Amino acid sequence: MSDARENGERDKQRTNEAALSARLQRLNEGLGQIHTAGEPSDSPGVDRAATASGYAKGFRLSSELVAGVVVGAGIGWLIDRWLGISPWGLIIFLLLGFAAGVLNVMRSAGLVAGTALDESTRQRRDR
Amino acid sequence: MQVDPIHQFEIKDLWPIGHLGGHEIDFTNSALFMFIIVGAVSALLIGGTAPRAVVPGRLQSIAEMSYEFVANTVRSSAGAEGMKFFPFVFTLFMFVLFANLIGLIPYSFTVTSQLIITASLALLVFLIVVGYGFWHNGLHFLNLFVPKGVPKIILPAIVVIEVLSFLSRPVSHSVRLFANMLAGHITLQVFAGFVIMLAGAGILGWFGAALPFIMVVLLTALELLVAFLQAYVFAILTCIYLNDAIHPGH
Repeated sequence: MSDARENGERDKQRTNEAALSARLQRLNEGLGQIHTAGEPSDSPGVDRAATASGYAKGFRLSSELVAGVVVGAGIGWLIDRWLGISPWGLIIFLLLGFAAGVLNVMRSAGLVAGTALDESTRQRRDR
Repeated sequence: MQVDPIHQFEIKDLWPIGHLGGHEIDFTNSALFMFIIVGAVSALLIGGTAPRAVVPGRLQSIAEMSYEFVANTVRSSAGAEGMKFFPFVFTLFMFVLFANLIGLIPYSFTVTSQLIITASLALLVFLIVVGYGFWHNGLHFLNLFVPKGVPKIILPAIVVIEVLSFLSRPVSHSVRLFANMLAGHITLQVFAGFVIMLAGAGILGWFGAALPFIMVVLLTALELLVAFLQAYVFAILTCIYLNDAIHPGH
């Protein structure tokens, strides 16, 4: 009797594992699709072109992050000057600026779908 | 011989053209090169389309290819509706491309290595996006800042972050082009400086100078690619931003 229960549990475990691996595979496929859709230029090409596009991508991502931080800091500083609540505006908007910068980076890397319009462009590009 | 890698970005006053609020307004080398760029683009397109041949010649092929390239970019990233902005995007692309390419010619001036130029272009794009967005969508344009499916509690923070992200666009848009051109030209100049310094060190230096010289040749090829790539990136980002104005998130 205990044997049967053990068998049943093992079966359940096995099905669970199978379901999990199937889900993982689906997730991987989905991610792969997102990646290919987000970066159509990434297909392996000439070596130098690949290097240059990596360099361009690095530049793009870093400038996105820096821009977010700089804009956040600038707005915080202006708010401090106008409202005289120094240093709170700078602190809060610098942190929000970091968040915006990270959001920018993830968007331009195609890791976050972003706004609805990004979806529509992606679908259009797929078609 | 002293080599100054920053010297190439110096703005020189060529001749004064008037006064504005106590400041002398001069015609500078930057302005001169902008005129050269516009002249070169116009010459290419007017000269290229003048024959109107069914089987295009060399110049006409270039003109047609540049049209199709930009038109495809606009259609794929801003949709068919984005084609009403085609003249704008095409002008930006050709201006930036020619500025980058002409800047690669020795002794010339790189207009896009000046932050004020790229910032003006990026702000122009930004203002057009904001202006057209509000004109076309009314207050629905503000939906751009309200992503769907976000819990109400963190929505205010998300909206502020989205607004900051939107405001940071012209910054990253302009700095990217400017920094790429500046960095590329300084690198070229520094390696070229090595060639001169080593060559001045006598017969052994001549052999040593071959190494940075090879580097300069390779870097020039890379810079040619970067010049095109950055013009393309500038154009495609313009399209993506215009797409926001045409269809903001529902």
